[in-house]
Amino acid sequence: MSLNTQPNIADADGFYAALLAAHRGLTEAESHAMNARLVLVLANHVGSRAVLDQALALARGESRP
Amino acid sequence: MPYDYRPFPYVAPPGLNGPEPRHKVIIVGAGPVGLALAIDLANHGVPSVVLDDNNVVSVGSRAICWSKRSLEILDRLGVGEQAVTKGVTWKVGRTFHRDAEVFNFDLLPEAGHKMPAFVNLQQYYVEEYLVARAQALPLIDLRFKNKVVGVAQHGSHASVTVETPDGSYALEAEWVVACDGARSPLRGMLGLDFDGELFEERFLIADIEMQRDGVPERWFWFEPEFHAGQSALLHKQPDNIYRIDLQLGWDANPEAERQPERVIPRIAKVVGHADFRLDWVSVYTFQCRRLTRFVEDRVIFIGDAAHVVSPFGARGGNGGLQDVDALGWRLAAVVLGSAPPDALAAFDRERCFGADENILNSARSTRFMSPEPGVERLFRDAVLDLAGRADFARPMVNSGRLSRPCVYPMPDAPDVAALPAASRPGAVAPDAPLGNGWLCEALGRGFVLLGCGVDVPKVAGTTPLRVVGGAEIRARYLGDAAGAVYLVRPDQVVAARWLAPAAAEVAATLRAVQEGRL
Ligand SMILES: Cc1cc2nc3c(=O)[nH]c(=O)nc-3n(C[C@H](O)[C@H](O)[C@H](O)COP(=O)(O)OP(=O)(O)OC[C@H]3O[C@@H](n4cnc5c(N)ncnc54)[C@H](O)[C@@H]3O)c2cc1C
Repeated sequence: MSLNTQPNIADADGFYAALLAAHRGLTEAESHAMNARLVLVLANHVGSRAVLDQALALARGESRP
Repeated sequence: MPYDYRPFPYVAPPGLNGPEPRHKVIIVGAGPVGLALAIDLANHGVPSVVLDDNNVVSVGSRAICWSKRSLEILDRLGVGEQAVTKGVTWKVGRTFHRDAEVFNFDLLPEAGHKMPAFVNLQQYYVEEYLVARAQALPLIDLRFKNKVVGVAQHGSHASVTVETPDGSYALEAEWVVACDGARSPLRGMLGLDFDGELFEERFLIADIEMQRDGVPERWFWFEPEFHAGQSALLHKQPDNIYRIDLQLGWDANPEAERQPERVIPRIAKVVGHADFRLDWVSVYTFQCRRLTRFVEDRVIFIGDAAHVVSPFGARGGNGGLQDVDALGWRLAAVVLGSAPPDALAAFDRERCFGADENILNSARSTRFMSPEPGVERLFRDAVLDLAGRADFARPMVNSGRLSRPCVYPMPDAPDVAALPAASRPGAVAPDAPLGNGWLCEALGRGFVLLGCGVDVPKVAGTTPLRVVGGAEIRARYLGDAAGAVYLVRPDQVVAARWLAPAAAEVAATLRAVQEGRL
């Protein structure tokens, strides 16, 4: 399996708004903490180490899809 | 009752009155590792001189958790049953965040093994048993108050300078094994690098005596109410002694924290009362480091002298006993002339692999307990927070991954992939009931050719052992196969396995293993 870097969320604008909304009212520290939890939750959902490693590399800017 | 530290007698060594003949093996350090090696070598018919600068067992308990594998090794050395009888057997660990249990583990979910998953037993008892055993063996010359202050390599042998209460003397041996602990003076004398990680975090380690009911389990807390923001551990030992570890932070003052007026109120908060006696207190920082290699010409390093880890996976003493296991039979064969010195390269390879695994696990646990400020802390707290709400986060909570024997990589060993993974080459041969005893008791002298459900070919240098499969043998050695043949090393590690090998094939494999090629 490899990391899906093609558009995959049906309502991308809607999700983006929901992400911002989830952070509303949080201090910067609370937002960081929530993001950390979110990363763990999503990473577990993905499960595959190969895919996660590609995601880490992409997020760090070390690889291009 | 506090432990009764009886000094072992010092006897003036013969070397003070004139040179001693060159010995086969000198072991420096009579901690658990040095003592175990002396006994293992004696079991293989090799004499040794053991030198220790001190004359009592470990002051303070230090190691308390002895793994199933260590108990099997101690059993072979003649003190396993004593250790289990005296020790507190346990297998369940519980981890709490604040007041809620977030993770637990059961270390031995399956039956049919002679030894339990773990016993807790103070290091001084283990050393006491090993000293008594060593003193009963004529091949072991155990010398207390003999401090090694110099070491030199001479190609085909090595020599040491030894200080005693009556003056100093020199001693030579074909091999010197440094079992002189985490601060290893021999490592320093040879100027060897000892690289790795140092954790700044300070931990208070205490043993207390108290009455308390309940099952002996390992309890570990992150950020408990009674010790705000830090971690704590409570674990039972024999004689109503309990081990308590308290994380203190990196900026704690070790001298001040050691004082009873500081320690007692802290512990009272953990156990909920002050009705206990303080047995031993110490403040530690922990390191994860190892030597680049463990065989340095004629000087071999094992135990804490070769590698140190933080204690949260109980991998120090247990890892050291696995060094003994991997070295003893090989060094014996080299000394007795049945294997070339090159065979020791296989010991080095295997135990560097084992040390790396122990260091990796211990460093990860320590990092989880004391994350660096910033993003490490952020993710650590995220895991703890989620663990109360989502199952997936629970196994990420890391309060120590307890010692298990590693499976040595043996890609070239004859193997049959369809046989059970538990007994693949490189793994310790899994125990199983055998007649009125146990399989582990029948393995571990020399090389054993184990036939499960089939006859084995006659191969010089191996002892045949034919077993009929009970349920455990079937599950652990056969799977769906009708029969299989296992070559098991003297350290009970599986060297190779076949369905129906020819004698020549086994003999060639045996030779490769003895010469350190496999
Ligand atoms: C708080 C704490 C908790 C621990 N808990 C556990 C645990 O639960 N399980 C576990 O497996 N491990 C545990 N360990 C680790 C364990 O204690 C060590 O790994 C173990 O003692 C190593 O044994 P060793 O024989 O290599 O070294 P040591 O036990 O340190 O023995 C070295 C010996 O060499 C002698 N010596 C030193 N210098 C010289 C010299 N110049 N000449 C002659 N002799 C010398 C010393 O006197 C000593 O007797 C713990 C350690 C600590 C500190």
